[in-house]
Amino acid sequence: MVVSTTDPVREAVNAVYVEHSRRVLATLIRLLGDFDVAEEALHDAFKAALEQWPRDGVPANPRAWLVSAGRFKAIDGLRRRSRFDALDDVGERGDVAVIDTAAWADEESVDDDRLRLIFTCCHPALAPDAQVALTLREVCGLTTEQIAQAFLTPAPTLAQRIVRAKSKIREARIPYQVPTPAELPGRLDAVLRVIYLVFNEGYEASSGELLTRADLSAEAIRLGRLLAELLPEPEVLGLLALMLLHESRREARTSPAGELVRLDDQDRSRWDRTMIAEGTGLVEQALLSRRCGAYTIQAAISAVHSEAADAAATDWNEIVGLYDALLRTDPSPIVELNRAVAVAMRDGADAGVKLIDDILARGDLVDYRLAHAARADLCRRLGRVNDARAAYERAIALTKQDPERRFLERQLGKL
Amino acid sequence: MKYLCLVYLEEEKLRAVPAKECMACGDGFRKSGILVAAEALQPVATAATVRVRNGKVSITDGPFAETKEQLAGFYLLDARDLNEAIHMAAKIPPAREGSVEVRPVRELTP
Repeated sequence: MVVSTTDPVREAVNAVYVEHSRRVLATLIRLLGDFDVAEEALHDAFKAALEQWPRDGVPANPRAWLVSAGRFKAIDGLRRRSRFDALDDVGERGDVAVIDTAAWADEESVDDDRLRLIFTCCHPALAPDAQVALTLREVCGLTTEQIAQAFLTPAPTLAQRIVRAKSKIREARIPYQVPTPAELPGRLDAVLRVIYLVFNEGYEASSGELLTRADLSAEAIRLGRLLAELLPEPEVLGLLALMLLHESRREARTSPAGELVRLDDQDRSRWDRTMIAEGTGLVEQALLSRRCGAYTIQAAISAVHSEAADAAATDWNEIVGLYDALLRTDPSPIVELNRAVAVAMRDGADAGVKLIDDILARGDLVDYRLAHAARADLCRRLGRVNDARAAYERAIALTKQDPERRFLERQLGKL
Repeated sequence: MKYLCLVYLEEEKLRAVPAKECMACGDGFRKSGILVAAEALQPVATAATVRVRNGKVSITDGPFAETKEQLAGFYLLDARDLNEAIHMAAKIPPAREGSVEVRPVRELTP
């Protein structure tokens, strides 16, 4: 009964794969100096595990075993390929003898390997879409097909993107290292941008029928947690908090029919309180550092919303103040727009419309759907029906997202 | 590994960075052992472009690219990896005025 005896081991190997394959890969890339060689070695190591563990039992430290096995197989393969006959003395046996402590024993350098992998995948010399693809492939272990599907990109295009990124790492010699403290702020920005982009692609899917693609958001939160564990910089905590606080509203922001529900109209009893508690705790921790940046401030804004029982009970004064801080850290017309909406809630719709009109008059955000949607909503509240209608029509013309378009059309119909 | 750092500047900014500063940068690179070669270039108007087509040599003035920035000089560095090359490129004074393209050198094999 071969099947029944191997099944539990096969399951054990699967569990080890899920838990450790990314760490093993991260270490193998350092030891072997090449992404493709390391991936092949990872594959060979798991193949060896499937052959040897049923016979010899699951090793006490499976991760170390896999790193050593992968390294052994890769070096063996390289030797065979380059016909290094003189060094062939260890290459003949089929089994892997694994007592290679130097490769893995140092927990700290193994943790660093995961950071090395993240920073290398998010190296700013790589194209932004390649950074995203490579991070999801190598750090998260998604398949090329899964990534292609999530980003509505043809799989061959995505595969090509990953191949090009890997060859650039090799040919330009992008090193496998954690940046020095002097370089860290800029390099960390790139990593955070990739994680937030993945999150947003899952949360606000920029096009298509479905409003959200939950697995991408979950992947981004997993990445955020990993980074917070390995490198607890204030902005890392801030970004993780921001993602958790947004994610806490996932259930409430779409109706059972898949329609968009605005923050003001959401059933706040459906917000995930555990995520809110975790997110709020992280915001407080980041704010205490006094070195926080744009992600932390946005998370703080989100946390203020999370505390309020409804839109009317929200501390809009606090929110406007936080937007002022955000404008100082990271000025942009979109932040100004969000501030205008908060001002409208604090001082009345009229004040908000004036601020939005100022932005549009400057020529900013004229093609940004949410600027017109916000203006439409405020005009509606002021009873300026014609202005509201024109703004809704403009917003509808600009949106590429089906649920959002239907939401705007409903609002327009209610005028 | 060698990296060619190509310095691009708008024509009117060619003399915006004092020569003294550029020479000091080159000296610094030389002392740290990373410098292979470095030169500043005359404006693109002084250039000639050579092509050979069907065995025939043609010579034109230029090149006149669409972009306003032109190649103003170069540093050939022998760096450990791209990160070191980028770190050094950021110290090249004209990086403040224009841009520096960091290109890995392709080793030709027969």
